[in-house]
Amino acid sequence: MNKHINKSTLDVSRRGFVKSAAGLTFSFALSGTLIGRASEAFAADGAKLNAWVTIGTDGTVTILCPSSEMGQGVLTSLPLILAEELDADWSKVKCEFAPGNPKVYGGEHKMFPGAQVTLASVSVPSYYMPLRRAGAQARKVLLDNVAEQWKVPVVELSTDKSFVIHKKTGKRMSYGDVVKFAKVPAELPKVADGDLKAPKDFKLIGRREIKRVDVPSKVNGTAKYGIDVQVPGMVYASVLQTPMDGAKAEIVNADEVKKIKGITHVIPLPFGVAVVGDSVEATRTARYALNVKWDTSAAKAAPFDSEKAKEEYAKKGQDPNTPTKEWYVVGDADKAIAGAAKTLEATFWSEHTYHAQMEPMNAVAQVSEDGQIDIWVGTQVQPLAAAVVANVLKTTPDKVKIHLQLLGGGFGRRIWPDAPVQAAVLASIVKKPVKLLLTREDDIAAARPRPMTHHVLKAGLDAKGNLVGWKHRIVAENVDAVAAPPRFAATGGKDIIGWRGMEQEYYTIPNIRAEGVREERGMRVHAWRGIGAGYIKFASESFVDEIAQARGVDPLAMRLELTKDHARANAVIKAVAEMAGWSRKRPGRALGIAFADYHDSFSAGVAEVSVDKATGKIKVHNYWLAVDPGLVIQPENATAQLESAIIYALSGALSEELTVKGGAVQQSNFSDYHVMRMSDVPEIHTKILVSTASPTGMGELGIPTVAPAIGNAVARLTGKRLRHLPMSSERVKKALA
Amino acid sequence: MATIAFTINNKATSVDVEPGTPLLWVVREHLKLTGTKFGCGSGLCGACTVHLNGKAVRSCQTQMSEAAGKRITTIEGLSPTSSHPLQKAWIAEQVPQCGYCQSGQIMQAAELLSKVKTPSREQIVAHMDGNICRCGTYPRIVRAIQRASQEG
Ligand code: FES
Ligand code: FES
Repeated sequence: MNKHINKSTLDVSRRGFVKSAAGLTFSFALSGTLIGRASEAFAADGAKLNAWVTIGTDGTVTILCPSSEMGQGVLTSLPLILAEELDADWSKVKCEFAPGNPKVYGGEHKMFPGAQVTLASVSVPSYYMPLRRAGAQARKVLLDNVAEQWKVPVVELSTDKSFVIHKKTGKRMSYGDVVKFAKVPAELPKVADGDLKAPKDFKLIGRREIKRVDVPSKVNGTAKYGIDVQVPGMVYASVLQTPMDGAKAEIVNADEVKKIKGITHVIPLPFGVAVVGDSVEATRTARYALNVKWDTSAAKAAPFDSEKAKEEYAKKGQDPNTPTKEWYVVGDADKAIAGAAKTLEATFWSEHTYHAQMEPMNAVAQVSEDGQIDIWVGTQVQPLAAAVVANVLKTTPDKVKIHLQLLGGGFGRRIWPDAPVQAAVLASIVKKPVKLLLTREDDIAAARPRPMTHHVLKAGLDAKGNLVGWKHRIVAENVDAVAAPPRFAATGGKDIIGWRGMEQEYYTIPNIRAEGVREERGMRVHAWRGIGAGYIKFASESFVDEIAQARGVDPLAMRLELTKDHARANAVIKAVAEMAGWSRKRPGRALGIAFADYHDSFSAGVAEVSVDKATGKIKVHNYWLAVDPGLVIQPENATAQLESAIIYALSGALSEELTVKGGAVQQSNFSDYHVMRMSDVPEIHTKILVSTASPTGMGELGIPTVAPAIGNAVARLTGKRLRHLPMSSERVKKALA
Repeated sequence: MATIAFTINNKATSVDVEPGTPLLWVVREHLKLTGTKFGCGSGLCGACTVHLNGKAVRSCQTQMSEAAGKRITTIEGLSPTSSHPLQKAWIAEQVPQCGYCQSGQIMQAAELLSKVKTPSREQIVAHMDGNICRCGTYPRIVRAIQRASQEG
């Protein structure tokens, strides 16, 4: 079989993963020295049935959530999976965060085997089976104990809502009473997949009325984020961030800034200029008072200008001799296109985008005399934060304790632990606990943006109009090279984050080639919600419409034909067309459609747009989205995640843009980085197709169809193809002129 | 430094700060009422919204000198039992995701409902447009305000 994504790139084996983890990124602490941290989460009064769950004598069931809560609802959905198999009374369940310890709390996702990470929509798929097994195992322990106590065969016992029941005698005992005498065996009982419930017997999973456990704390101000932490004796810090890696600060007015009341330190550091003082207002005043000249002679990004660089990107996109890395190959696309009766070619662009998570980056760090380091932070990857802090402070990860807080938005920004590292460095310098809080301006200056990308697409049609060859070349900086260097080295330079979506696994095309060209410009490119699929589907799904137009077929019909071998892909496209009333004409408006798979989940979207020709502003009136993410744990939250992703993607598609000059990001706050506000939000209509397939992820699935569906709608309305993200008013005006 | 007295969530309070200090930092760091959030520091996002004598203001843009002698209400003081109609509606509609912007959203919405009993969709959007929610909970915010205005 020649159809491959290159398995070894995706299924980075556990050993390979560990071995390649010598560098900073994804170097998870696997020494086992972190084991035991979980215990503090448990009440002394009760029984810890396994690493995941403790039942108190009062019946409280405490379940640990291995992922970080950044708005996606894992603090509810993951414990719910365990509670299902345990047959726990959900009203008695308390959800708490597990410590960072991949040996115990690592997941089972094929992309990140054994890792404890909150990214790439993997939480539910990673933990669906482990948490079910853990729940079933805990239930077994309870049943065995009761069988012994009541002297009945264990097979005669059943459970319901935190009770063990013996039907024959009508006896019942609450879980709280069982743990009063229960003994937890040293070797926990084994659970086979056959011991698990059949999905039709689920009582908690899939129930729309079960609400998120964190919501009440988020309507009365009691929810605690990293920014809310205060520890005794702490001082405050703000860091004027380096505009690019390698830039060196020359502080022009250090003495003046030191004189600001409440300021104790002004410290130049590799990551910027820190001001430390006894109040947040003093450090903010000092930060804005700083006058710094940057010596960028050693900074790799210094020559980079995102506008000027486009010419070079475009050249590399066209030149057949540009060195490329193969991402996905079926047959021989070059040959098929060369021999085709008709060929098509198109290019696309996307600009850098910024996460704009509402909580600016922050962390509290305390470095104790005995070498213990405490970090309070909202992070997407606890073990990574511990490992990088340990590395920078020249100690071992077991000395670093992460006190995980809620995240005021993540979207990929809180993977890289720059804030904890900076706070820890400052705490070790000033010998006091430090609360570091970035200004919004510094949060943007220190952006870890989605890369700027350029796409060249080619297609070949045979004499009958059949699509026989497809080629997609992306030219961009590689996110894996920056965010996951060990993996990047292990895969021989494939960008798993940045190229996600070029693989076209669900379109039946006899010859496909997807390839990447690496740019190295020194930008700190990182994962942004939806990763590669965000810009890649904009390019490829726009191109599908162009092919359909060239063939004179309906874009919906074209996609149904392309997915004819994949029932689930086909079904979401059909569903969304029906929801939107695809064939119904709307005066002054047009519909555009797009399909996207994302980590084995499926989505199809339709946008209804109009365009103000004078201003170039695109108005999206309606957005319909049909998805199949496999089995859904919490339908109401899943719907909310789809709405959220659609709005995030609309914002990115229509207005978000970081421009870079001399290696530095030009934007500074929400005044010049425009994120979507309420007045621009369309009517959103979502549908989740019922599926019993294993869950494959939800949090980003709403992202990739949005930009191409809008572009396709605009093309059908105006006859003009938009080839550049964001599709801002200025660009639209230019395209229509 | 000056001693500035005011009422916060019905409690008389005073702090010693520079008169130009933004109310936001006094509320969050001095008084430890951390429900009010910092998002931009420039009046662009609404995360820091509180009530000053019943009017929604951006606390990052309100100097302590302006707060002197005034009545301040934060999310913690909106209802002693978290049972303001908006809070109940926010739970019913499952509005918050990361939740970070929501104190500001609720305080902004509370001002609207104190002025207009049953606002139209247009009135809601116009009133709420200065509050960013990066998690895109906007459709649910609209529904929750409508629900609160009906069930209020
Ligand atoms: S923090 Fe005050 S408006 Fe953004
Ligand atoms: S809920 Fe996350 S920013 Fe609004």
